Amino acid sequence: MFPIASIAHVVLALLLAPLLPGVINRTKAWFAGRRGPRLAQTYFDLWKLLHKGAVYSRTTNWVFVAGPIVGLACVVTAMLIVPLGGVPGFLAFSGDFLLLACLLGLMRFFTVIAALDTGSSFEGMGGSREVFFSALAEPAMLLGLTALAASSQSLSLSSIYVLIGTQASLSSAGPAMLLVAAALGIVFLTENARIPIDDPNTHLELTMIHEVMVLDHGGPDLAMIEYGSAVKLWVLGALLVGIVVPVRSGHGAVDLLAGVGGMVLLAVFTGVVESTMARLKLLRVPQFLVAAAVLSILALVLVMR
Amino acid sequence: MEPILIAVAVLLVAGLLALVGGRNARWASASGALGAVAGGALTLFAAVDVLLHGAGRAIRWPWDVPLGSFRLVLDPLSAVFALAIAVIGGLAAVYACGYLTPSGKAESSASMPRKNTGAAWFFFNLLLASMLLVVTAHNGLLFLVSWEVMSLASFFLVMFEGEKPGVREAGWTYLVTTHLGTALLLAMFALLSRKSGSLDFDALSAPGLTGVVFLLGLIGFGTKAGLMPLHVWLPEAHPAAPSYVSAVMSGVMIKTGIYGLLRMLTFLGPPPAWWGWTFLAMGVVSGVLGVLYALSQHDLKRLLAYHSVENIGIIAMALGVGLLGVHYDMPIMAVFGFTGGLLHVVNHAIFKSLLFLGAGSVLHATGTGEIDRLGGLLKRMPVTGATFLVGAAAISGLPPLNGFVSEFLIFLGALAGLVGVARTAPAWTLMSVLVVGGLALIGGLAAACFSKAFGIVFLGEPRSGAASSAHEAGAMMRWPMMILAGLCVLIGLSAPLWPWVLSAAVAVIVPENLRAATAAAAGQASRPLVLVVLASYILLGLIVLLACVRRKLLGGRRVETAVTWDCGYAAPSPRMQYTASSFARPLTLLFRLFLQPRDEIDAPRGLFPQRASLHSHTPDLFRRYVYEPLFAGIGSVASKLRWLQEGRIQIYVLYIALTILTLLIWKLG
Repeated sequence: MFPIASIAHVVLALLLAPLLPGVINRTKAWFAGRRGPRLAQTYFDLWKLLHKGAVYSRTTNWVFVAGPIVGLACVVTAMLIVPLGGVPGFLAFSGDFLLLACLLGLMRFFTVIAALDTGSSFEGMGGSREVFFSALAEPAMLLGLTALAASSQSLSLSSIYVLIGTQASLSSAGPAMLLVAAALGIVFLTENARIPIDDPNTHLELTMIHEVMVLDHGGPDLAMIEYGSAVKLWVLGALLVGIVVPVRSGHGAVDLLAGVGGMVLLAVFTGVVESTMARLKLLRVPQFLVAAAVLSILALVLVMR
Repeated sequence: MEPILIAVAVLLVAGLLALVGGRNARWASASGALGAVAGGALTLFAAVDVLLHGAGRAIRWPWDVPLGSFRLVLDPLSAVFALAIAVIGGLAAVYACGYLTPSGKAESSASMPRKNTGAAWFFFNLLLASMLLVVTAHNGLLFLVSWEVMSLASFFLVMFEGEKPGVREAGWTYLVTTHLGTALLLAMFALLSRKSGSLDFDALSAPGLTGVVFLLGLIGFGTKAGLMPLHVWLPEAHPAAPSYVSAVMSGVMIKTGIYGLLRMLTFLGPPPAWWGWTFLAMGVVSGVLGVLYALSQHDLKRLLAYHSVENIGIIAMALGVGLLGVHYDMPIMAVFGFTGGLLHVVNHAIFKSLLFLGAGSVLHATGTGEIDRLGGLLKRMPVTGATFLVGAAAISGLPPLNGFVSEFLIFLGALAGLVGVARTAPAWTLMSVLVVGGLALIGGLAAACFSKAFGIVFLGEPRSGAASSAHEAGAMMRWPMMILAGLCVLIGLSAPLWPWVLSAAVAVIVPENLRAATAAAAGQASRPLVLVVLASYILLGLIVLLACVRRKLLGGRRVETAVTWDCGYAAPSPRMQYTASSFARPLTLLFRLFLQPRDEIDAPRGLFPQRASLHSHTPDLFRRYVYEPLFAGIGSVASKLRWLQEGRIQIYVLYIALTILTLLIWKLG
């Protein structure tokens, strides 16, 4: 339909993704009454890291080096699948959301084994928590997307999301959409290591989840990890923005701009959540994630009624 | 067809030669392995021919047994399973050459005392031959005889290290369960032959009793396959057997149970919906509980054995989807389900035998399969480690490998109910929740389990002396693992071909009215797979590109090595690393309702604590709450009859005389 818009989305997303952490941090700074880092701070960080050398632990193998590379490759490939509202993904086919979920799974798998490669207890603990939470988040995400598929009667993300903003879908499946949006919101916060599940700014290795897994990475490797997380933020964010910003003008540029605007709003929203909420106790997180899965199932039941 | 017969003959002759050669390990290995490889090659050739050009000629020899006839047919369904038997059997045989030959190293000869390798080879080749007969037999009696030979051959292989008490216990459990299963199969075939009086597969049918036959077959074949409530033998027998045997048993032998189920379905006519739901429910239970038990294991081979339960669960889910598709007359759902199931049979054969062979190399090199005593093996065993990683990613259903492809097809089959049909049935909701939620949960937990298994065993620092003095496996052991890892990648990257290859086999399973639709549906299955594969190539291209970029960036800069960041604590010891148990702990605690993990804590006491210990283990709930009480009950009843057994020969003669008298009175009176 809009191959140009799809390509434009991929390029724009890859360029703008590092802006999202900047927006989140700026929002948090505003809440805390600080000036905060520049919006473009992540770009500067990446630039600096790309120019550094590296230090590797003697314990590590090639797996440690492969982790960031495979992770970034996975998330960029996932970016080719994900649609942004009315802008279809570059690759669209039946069941593409399973591939999307599994690409994120491969990224996680390599992040975790790269962490275990260091032999550090902190990183082992982080890996353990990461697989723990994501094993529960994955069903919530896939069931939520299945509910959307059922309501739009199609099996590819791009055709699912194109239909969401239309009048018919709003009147018949509005409540289900809200439930799915809530579920995907929880998945978004979990998978991107945000409060209330994880705290990207925490200072104590014992309490980190995502950050602790990448403690030993440095230089270009760390740049790939940081950039990869920014792109992942965009990929999962796009799934959420596609539901809550129902702009479907049929015009590629308009849809794309609306989507990008939605992404910025989502980043602001994430900043607000991070500023106003505390972290959940680790033991509470599973309940939170199971709740997301239940919301998804409920949405599916509503849609199939 | 003849190639299969020749293959069986070659296997048996080679096995006998190995047995005769007996104590000379080198001769036995050469003979046995050559036979297995030659037999495998012949079978491979025949099976590929059948899959591409349709069924071969049937063989029918007279056999002077009531109800029996020696009929072999290699149809496409048999060919899929024969293919797996050939490839895995041949590769495992090559591996076994390296595994059974004493390497001269002290620790390996300690773990491998002098054995009659001739007998091991005889039973191994007998196992392969009987499996080939099981999947090609076209007569109930021949099938049952081959089935029994298969069970006994594998029993003797499990008992290879029978001097260990744990192995004897495991072999015993296996022998009992497999015979209970066979007893039900006997009843099933008796019911099936009632109408026509013949056990030939074309003549089998069970009008009016299909439900009973289905249940008998489900329990009988499900026991061999290891579906969840019937799986108890599996986590005992697979770790007890030598690793190349575990690879064959877990990779292909338990699949004969799946073959039996599929073959049985072709006798029974149109399936009612509850069959599909039964498969689906058992599949989800096996899948989720299997992976949870795997997660809580400390022994590498036991962990892998529980993963077989999980993967059989995924296959059962696929069959459930297929059956529901047949029942509701939805060709896409049926074909996607069965294709995904068959492809998962092949895939699981490949990656599970790869993982068992890898575990065998670890065991061979370190003498222990205890995950928490290993570590850092990737540096010492680079090939084993890398191939194990491929297998681990494949079994977790991650792209671009083969496990993802079959799970993708099952997933699409289940979702076919959501689109394009009248949205009436709450059945579709239930099915998509079960399959989508189930597969997602299983996939996530499997990834957790294998990041643990690979990460703790192969990464970090060695946790024991055995691990730090490990050595890479010999070439005979390395090559089979590399070939299997290559197959994982190859199937993943040639995904769109497989629905076509398997469509002939699927056509055997589905009823006639859906047969015409299978080719069309295979085309529909290929289309999304083309794009999946495209994405896989993009992924691989990006990985290469990023690796080059990184190399370019770091070229000429300072790259140093140091210690792992340890929070400033300067004297870390390898024992302070995270262990497999602690890695899996949050998940086992979350699911403690199903797992009931037990801890024995001897906590440190006093101001100057002397020693402390913590043991955690997760016994199988079904074994503890169902089978042990059941068999204890049977045992106590049986011991009440002990007074019959006097031990005096006169009394036994009296029993015989009384029996004959009673029979005479009954017959003549």
